[in-house]
Amino acid sequence: MMLEVEKINVYYGAIHALSDLSFGVNEGEIVALIGANGAGKSTSLKTISGLLHPRDGSIRFLEEEISQTSAEEVVRKGIIHVPEGRKIFAPLTVLENLEMGAFLQTDKGQIECDMRNVFERFPRLKERQNQPGGTLSGGEQQMLAIARGLMSHPKLMLLDEPSMGLAPVLVEQIFEIIREINKQGTSILLVEQNAKMALSIADRAYVLETGNIVLQGNAREVMENPSVIQAYLGG
Amino acid sequence: MERKNQNPIIQWIVKTKILGILFFVVIGAFVIYALGQALTNNPSLFLQQVVNGLQLGFVYALIALGYTMIYGIVRLINFAHGDVFMVGAFTSFFTISRFNLHLWFQNLFPSFPAMPAQIIGAITVVLASMAICALLAFTIEKIAYKPLREAPRISALITAIGISFFLEYFGALNFVFTPNYITYKRPFEVKSWFIGPSGFGTIESGVTSPSNSIIFSNIFVIIVLASLSLLLVLQYIVKRTKIGKAMRAVAYDKPTARLMGINSDAVISITFALGAALAGAAGVLYAIAYPQVYFTMGIIPGMKAFVAAVVGGIGSIPGAFIGALIMGQAETLSAAYISTPMRDAIAFSLLVIVLLIRPKGIMGEIASEKV
Repeated sequence: MMLEVEKINVYYGAIHALSDLSFGVNEGEIVALIGANGAGKSTSLKTISGLLHPRDGSIRFLEEEISQTSAEEVVRKGIIHVPEGRKIFAPLTVLENLEMGAFLQTDKGQIECDMRNVFERFPRLKERQNQPGGTLSGGEQQMLAIARGLMSHPKLMLLDEPSMGLAPVLVEQIFEIIREINKQGTSILLVEQNAKMALSIADRAYVLETGNIVLQGNAREVMENPSVIQAYLGG
Repeated sequence: MERKNQNPIIQWIVKTKILGILFFVVIGAFVIYALGQALTNNPSLFLQQVVNGLQLGFVYALIALGYTMIYGIVRLINFAHGDVFMVGAFTSFFTISRFNLHLWFQNLFPSFPAMPAQIIGAITVVLASMAICALLAFTIEKIAYKPLREAPRISALITAIGISFFLEYFGALNFVFTPNYITYKRPFEVKSWFIGPSGFGTIESGVTSPSNSIIFSNIFVIIVLASLSLLLVLQYIVKRTKIGKAMRAVAYDKPTARLMGINSDAVISITFALGAALAGAAGVLYAIAYPQVYFTMGIIPGMKAFVAAVVGGIGSIPGAFIGALIMGQAETLSAAYISTPMRDAIAFSLLVIVLLIRPKGIMGEIASEKV
């Protein structure tokens, strides 16, 4: 497996957020992590990306232990985390946001080339490249967040709630983009409230409940599971 | 729910804050009237005060920039900043008096014209102080503030006050800076000029300058030029360079900046070093203008610059600059027209007034809604 999370325990002070959680992502896959609010989906992503560290258990990325690696180093290893709520640097322009995404890239020619690719994929961002990121609409901000993530040439992209607060048309568009990024070789770990959308593009899925995996399997199986239908797909 | 029983007129007064606004309008009108009066009565005296105020304001600006940058990135009022300024002044005192650093270029190339050689020497002195202060602040940050990064903000604030006292009284030791007032040796000779109705000219020593003219010295010119160019360099760093953009990203959202691979600790260290370098430069300029150095010399300018940063809107670089210029003017004008002992009281009341009208300061960032 490309990413292998094994029996991690994560605490917020006294709160036990993730208990003995294990899951994994294979090279080239889209894996969805679904579950209700507070199930520990975002916490899982933050732990992988190094913003949080597990008390025990292991996280291996390409055969390398990263559970105690700092967030900055995790990016260097090829994992990018596109956080919940997009977290655009509002006072920085669109262009500067993208430059920050390429922070570890030292080759200027490469950055320019990546920038061109990003603008080709997201023409809206090109139009607004000199505007502060905070002035963009929700959908544009989500595109910018994804584009910013792509600037680091990730092998694995962690996406946290990319559909949050977006109109259905935009959600479709964002998921189409995610699928394309995956086709071009980036593996994706997707956390979503919108389980239907997530399962429709995922290869495999895990269902998370209060810090535990309660169900796993390929996306179609999970989608057809009666308890999932009842809890997440609205009957 | 006592409010409900109140008289509607009282309610209206409370709601519109009319009394406060009237109060400030009256004070503002009076100040403008008084200044206008001063200008028409004796324009040269008034303009002379403005020039003096500018000289002071530009020095405060350099200190205020450090306060504002450090606050912007770690939300810490670095009370030790004024003492870093003091260390900058002392560093230049030692490099000049002990090591003759300001003469190195002249000694090395005696045939070089004196004027540019002097300038190169003086710039070296400033750069040396900036480097020492940057190193000092870098160390302070690593030892004292970094371990408290996740602690409540008040802990870091109290630590900053502790560091401030440490620098002052460690400096007061006999083998460090000594507790004495020391006369400062300028790295160049002072030249003064006058400008006024009788024209422009050099002031020779022992000759009184023509009346009704404004006098300014090369110190004034140097302070204004140095301060402006450092501001421009800082603006360039913050706006255009990769590290500057990373500073703004970390200031806005540290966890997300880390997710981009930005080493936030390194960025914070660099910000401290940069702010301290500006304070170091300010220390040298201040000592050149008011040639006396002593271990508590940083307290009052540090306070004034802090007020300037708050008045301008803490966290904003142009705000700090504007605030500092206002503070400089307020200080010299009140010393000239109201009373010298009152000048600090008046300068600090400015803080109260600005905060009452605009709690965020003149150019303060508007609290941004996070989506």
